Amino acid sequence: MKLILKIWRQENANSVGKIVSYEIDEISPDMSFLEMLDVLNEELMLKGIDPIAFDHDCREGICGSCSMFINGQAHGPDRYITTCQLHMRKFKDGDTIYIEPFRAKTFPVIKDLVVDRTAFDRIQHAGGYISVNTSGNTQDANTIPIEKANADQAFDAATCIGCGACVATCKNSSAMLYVSAKVSQFALLPQGKVEATDRVINMVKQMDEEGFGNCTNTGACEIECPKAISLDNIARMNRELVKAKFKK
Amino acid sequence: MGIKLGSSIIRKVAMALSGLFLIIFLTQHFIINITSVFNKNIFNMLSHFMGNNFIIQFIFQPILIFGVIFHFVMGFILEWQNRNARSTNYQVYDNSSNSSWVSRNMIISGIVVLSFLALHFYDFWIPEIKYKYIESLPANPDRYYPELIHKFKDPIKVIIYCVSFVFLSLHLLHGFASSFRSLGANSKFYYSINLFTIVYSIFIPLGFCFIALYHLLISNVTH
Amino acid sequence: MNRVTYSLNYRKPRNQYNQNDELMICLRYFYKAFPKSKGKIIKKSTGIKCMLSDWNVNWHKQSDRSPIKSTAKDFLKKNKLLKSKVRNFKIYLSKLNTSPSSFSKSFLCSNVPVGPLANKWTKHKNNIRLVSPANKRSIDVIVVGTGLAGGSASATLAELGYNVKSFCFQDSPRRAHSIAAQGGINAAKNYQGDGDSVYRLFYDTVKGGDYRSRESNVYRLAEVSANIIDQCVAQGVPFAREYGGLLDNRSFGGVLVSRTFYAKGQTGQQLLLGAYSAMNRQIARGKIKMYNRHEMLDLVKVDGKARGIITRNLINGKLERHSAHAVVIASGGYGNLFFLSTNAMGSNVSATWKIHKKGAFFANPCFTQIHPTCIPVSGDYQSKLTLMSESLRNDGRIWVPKNLMDAKAIREGKKKPTDLAENERDYYLERRYPAFGNLVPRDVASRAAKERCDAGFGVNKTGEAVYLDFEAAIIRYGSEKVLLKGLDKNNLDLVKDLGREVIKSKYGNLFQMYEKIVDENPYHTPMMIYPAVHYTMGGVWVDYNLMTTIPGCFAIGEANFSDHGANRLGASALMQGLADGYFILPYTIGNYLADDIRTGQISTDLPEFEIAEESVRKKIESLLENNGSKTVDHFHKILGKIIWNKCGMSRNEKNLNEAIIEIQKLRKDFYNDIFVPGTNDSFNEPLAKALRVADFLELGELFAKDALERKESCGGHFREEYQTPEGEAMRDDKDFTFVSAWEYKGYPSKAKLHKEKLSYNNVELKTRSYK
Repeated sequence: MKLILKIWRQENANSVGKIVSYEIDEISPDMSFLEMLDVLNEELMLKGIDPIAFDHDCREGICGSCSMFINGQAHGPDRYITTCQLHMRKFKDGDTIYIEPFRAKTFPVIKDLVVDRTAFDRIQHAGGYISVNTSGNTQDANTIPIEKANADQAFDAATCIGCGACVATCKNSSAMLYVSAKVSQFALLPQGKVEATDRVINMVKQMDEEGFGNCTNTGACEIECPKAISLDNIARMNRELVKAKFKK
Repeated sequence: MGIKLGSSIIRKVAMALSGLFLIIFLTQHFIINITSVFNKNIFNMLSHFMGNNFIIQFIFQPILIFGVIFHFVMGFILEWQNRNARSTNYQVYDNSSNSSWVSRNMIISGIVVLSFLALHFYDFWIPEIKYKYIESLPANPDRYYPELIHKFKDPIKVIIYCVSFVFLSLHLLHGFASSFRSLGANSKFYYSINLFTIVYSIFIPLGFCFIALYHLLISNVTH
Repeated sequence: MNRVTYSLNYRKPRNQYNQNDELMICLRYFYKAFPKSKGKIIKKSTGIKCMLSDWNVNWHKQSDRSPIKSTAKDFLKKNKLLKSKVRNFKIYLSKLNTSPSSFSKSFLCSNVPVGPLANKWTKHKNNIRLVSPANKRSIDVIVVGTGLAGGSASATLAELGYNVKSFCFQDSPRRAHSIAAQGGINAAKNYQGDGDSVYRLFYDTVKGGDYRSRESNVYRLAEVSANIIDQCVAQGVPFAREYGGLLDNRSFGGVLVSRTFYAKGQTGQQLLLGAYSAMNRQIARGKIKMYNRHEMLDLVKVDGKARGIITRNLINGKLERHSAHAVVIASGGYGNLFFLSTNAMGSNVSATWKIHKKGAFFANPCFTQIHPTCIPVSGDYQSKLTLMSESLRNDGRIWVPKNLMDAKAIREGKKKPTDLAENERDYYLERRYPAFGNLVPRDVASRAAKERCDAGFGVNKTGEAVYLDFEAAIIRYGSEKVLLKGLDKNNLDLVKDLGREVIKSKYGNLFQMYEKIVDENPYHTPMMIYPAVHYTMGGVWVDYNLMTTIPGCFAIGEANFSDHGANRLGASALMQGLADGYFILPYTIGNYLADDIRTGQISTDLPEFEIAEESVRKKIESLLENNGSKTVDHFHKILGKIIWNKCGMSRNEKNLNEAIIEIQKLRKDFYNDIFVPGTNDSFNEPLAKALRVADFLELGELFAKDALERKESCGGHFREEYQTPEGEAMRDDKDFTFVSAWEYKGYPSKAKLHKEKLSYNNVELKTRSYK
C-alpha cells in the first residue's frame, strides 16, 4: 500500500505547529496503524529527519496512551478501538491520511502528536477515590452484597481508559464523559455512597477549573469512546450533582 | 442550598429548565392558536383572557420574558466558552460521523429562532402592548381574530414564519430530549422520552405552520 | 564426618599447655551443602570446661561417648550436660537449615524468621521495629513504578505517614502495564466452599513454580491474599458478582479449586485503577509527590545505603536528583529483552539493572514465562504481541495437521483448516497428556507447540502457529441449547449458530480482539496461536523483608524474584504485586527505616549525587554524539532474535554459549554504530529507548549465562540436555535446589554467582506429571 500522510508537526508547547506531508510505500494491510508510523519513523531517522513523536505503550487498547485524531476522528475510522488497535486494512492504497493530536486547550501539545493529559489526573485527585485505609483490615469482601445489575454497570463505567478521545472528539472539548464514568462507578456501589456528595461537587469543580467545555449532549463522545462508555453516565452525574447541591 | 451558576452542570441544568419552560409556553401558545382554525370565538375569548388577566400579564409574562432572555444569553455564553475550550482547530474534523447536525448547531437554529422572535415581537407583541398600555385603547374582546387574519395575509411573512418554525423544529429535536438528559433522567425512560420529544418537535412546529398557511389560504380564497 | 563432635578449644599449640590447665569444650559440626561444594566447620562453645588430664581423646570409641573421664569432679553431671548441649545444638542446626544465611557465609542471608511456616509472618510482624507517626513525617521514600506493586506501595506508605515520591515514565500512573492483565487474581477465600485454603494456595504456587521459589515468601503471599480482595472491594473495584450479589470466582490454570476473582477480561485494569485511586487520595493530601514522564537512570548510594535516584524528565530531558531514606523499585519485568513480547512498548529493565550494577544481586534471570496462547507474529514490522487469555483453553482444542503435506498446503494458502477431516488432525496436547489435555500448565503447552512447529507442522505463513479450534465446543454447547429449546438436533447449522452464541457470551471480547488484529472470523475458522514471552519470574534478589543486597533498596512485584519460582501460575502476578505493595513492604520497610529517624533530610548536593548525575549525563551525550548509521530498533530486534532463538523456549549449551558471544558483539556494534536523533533537551523517544536497550544488551548476556549455569530443566527453563526420554523437563533437585543470585563484577559475563539454598520442609519435592 502506498499512502500520503499529513501529520501535525510541532516542536514543543510554545512553538507553532503545521501539517507536514509524508509519503510512505510498501505498507502491509496487516500492520497496525502505529507499526505503520514505526516504519515511517525508521525512514525519517535514516534520512536525518526528526521522527514523529506519539504516545503509545501497551499497544493492545487498554493503557489509554495513544491519542491520535485520524482523518477527523478520534482513534480513526474504526469503532470501539484505540489507535493502536487500528489496522491498515481499514485504508485503501493511495489514501491520504490526516493525523493530528487530540486537541483541547486543556490538552496542550508537548510535541507533534503527544499531548499533556494531566488535567485528567488532577480531576481524579479531586475525588476519584473512596477514602479507605490500605491496611487490609476492612470488612470481609462478601459482607455487602451488591446487586448484579449495579455491579455490572459500575464495571462498565470503570472500564474507562482515560485516553481523552471524548474530549478530543467533542465539539466543546467537554470532559463530562470521562468525569461521569468515575462518578457513576462509585455512585452505583454502596462503598462509594458515603462520599458521593463531596466527590461529585469536587470533581466537577476541578473539571470546570481546568477549562473543559460544557456538555451539550451531542453524543459524539459515546460513539468515539473506545470502551463504549455510555452517555447514561453523564445523566447520572447530572443527577448526582443536583442532588449534592441540594444537600450542601 | 448553594446553587450558583458557577458549575458547568448547573448551567446546563438551568439551560434545560429554561428550555422546558419555554416548551410549556410554546404548547400553551399552540393550543390557543390552533383554536383559530376551528372557532374564532374561542380564540378571541382565550386571547382576551391571556391579554388581560392580571396574573398572566404581570407575573407570567415577565417570567416568560426573563426565561427567553436567560435562555439565549446563557446559550451565547456557553457557546463562547465552548469555542474557547479548543484553541487550535482540527484541520480535518469529521464530526458528522458521530453526531447529528442539529445537536452540533443549536446556536444556529437558536439564532434563527431568536430573529424570528424579534420579528414576532415586532408583529404581535409590541402592537399589543401599544394598544393596551400606551394608547390605552378600550378593551375589545373581538379584535384578536381579525388581527390574526390580517397578519397572515402577506405570503412573504408566512414563508418567513414557516422557515423559522422549521428551525424551531430542529432546535427542539435536539434540545427537548437533551434537556431530560441534562436533568439526569433515568436511562430506562430514554426510549419513551425520545419518541415523545421527536413527535412533539415535529408536530408542534408543523402545527404552527399549518395555522399560518391555513389563514393565508383562507383569507386569499375568501377575499 | 557429618555428625556433631566434641573438641577442646586450644588457643595455642597443644604442647604449651599443662596437664592441669582448664580448656573450654566445644561442639563441632562439618557442613556441606552439596556433595561437591566446599565444606565448612561450625563451632559452638558449650560453656563447660575440662582439665586436660581429664579429657578422653578417644571419647567416640567409648560405649557411652562421654568425653570427660571419671577422674574429673562432677564428671557425671558434666557429661550429661554436654549431651543435652548436643541435642540443643542439633535442633539449632536444623533450624538454621531454613535460614541458610547465618549458617554459612557462602549462602545468601534471606532473613527468614525461624519457627513454623504458618507463624513466620505473624511472628515477624510482631518482632520488627516500628517507626512512630511523628518520625515517619521526616522520612522520605522513593517508589519507582506505579503498577500494582508500586502504586499500592506508594499509597500505603503515604498513608502510614512517610513522604513518598513516585515516579513513572508514562504520562499518568494509571497507564502502567499491570493494566493489561486479563484473567484474574487468586485469593484463598474459599467462598466456593470447594476446599481451598491458605495451604492449598501455597502448595499450588510452590508446585506450579516447579520447586524453585522460597517457601516462606510463598506462604506469606497465600496468607495475605484474602486481604487483597477485602481491600479492593472496599476501594470500589467492581469484581464480577453472582445474581445473589456476592463475588464470583472462576477456575484457572490447572488448579483444582475456583479461587480466581475477576472483572470480565479486565481484572488488571480494575485493580490498577483501584491502586491509582488510593494513590490519588494521597496525592490530594500532599503525601505523594507524583512525577509523571520521569525515567530513573541511576541509583545513588551514600555510605553504602540507597539514598536517592537520578531521573530524566522525558519532556525536557532535564536530569534531576531525588533523595530519600529508602528506594523502592517496582519497575516490573524485563520481557522486552525479547523485543517481541506481550509487555508494553516502554517496559524496561533499566531501573532494576541500574541497581544491579550498584550492588543488588540479580536472581534467576533465565526464568521467563512463555505464554502459549498469543496471536502469532504476522511480519517483520511487528512491534508487539497480543495475549489471548488462558481461559480460552477451557473450550478450545489445539491441533496441527497430521501430514506435513497438509501443513505445507495450508501455509501456501492452498488448503483451509476446515478442509481437514478429523483424522487428518493431530491434537497433540490431548495425545501427549491425556490426563490434562489442553489444560496443561503454560510452560508445557508452549514447548509442545514449539516442538510441532519445529517439526514443520506450523500453520501460518511463517510456520510458527498452531490452531486453537472451538468447533467441538460450539457443537457441544449448540446441542445442549437445541435440546433445551426442543429444536431439531439434526440441523447442524442451527446447532452451530446456537453454539456460537454461547461462545460469544463467554469470550466475545477476545474473539473480537482477534478478529480486529488478524482479520479472520474465529467463530468460523480456528484461531491461530503461538507462544510468546509474557512474564519474567526472575528479578532482583530480595530477602524476606523484600530488601535487595543494597541496604535501603527494596524491590517489589515482578521486579523481584521471590514468589513464582521457575514458572508462574495464572492469576498470581496480580496477587503478588498487590500483596507486596499493600501488605508486606509497608511493614518490612519500617524495620529498616527505624534507624533513620534521626538522619534528617538527605542533601542532593552530596558528591555521590553529583558523580551519579555526571555519569548519566556522559552516557546520554555519548549516545547523542555517536552519529552511527543504525537506529535503536535495529539493535533491539537483533537482540530479541538472539534471545528468542537461543535462549527461548528450549536451550542448550552450544546455543547459550553462542548467544553470549553474539550479544557481546552486538553490544559493541551498538556503541559503535548507534544513531540517536535529536537533542537531550526535548521530548526524544529514540534517546529514551536507546538508554533502555543499552541495559537490555547487558542483561541479555547475564540471562544466557544464568541459563547456561543452571544445568537442569525446571518450569520455564528447559535445557535440551536435561530431559526425559519422552521429552519432558528433568529437574535436578540434588544440585540445583537453589536461587542463583548474580553479583555484578564490572561486566555481565564476569558476574559472580551466589546461591541461596532452598529448603522445603512443608512440601515434598515431586516431579510434575500431567500425563
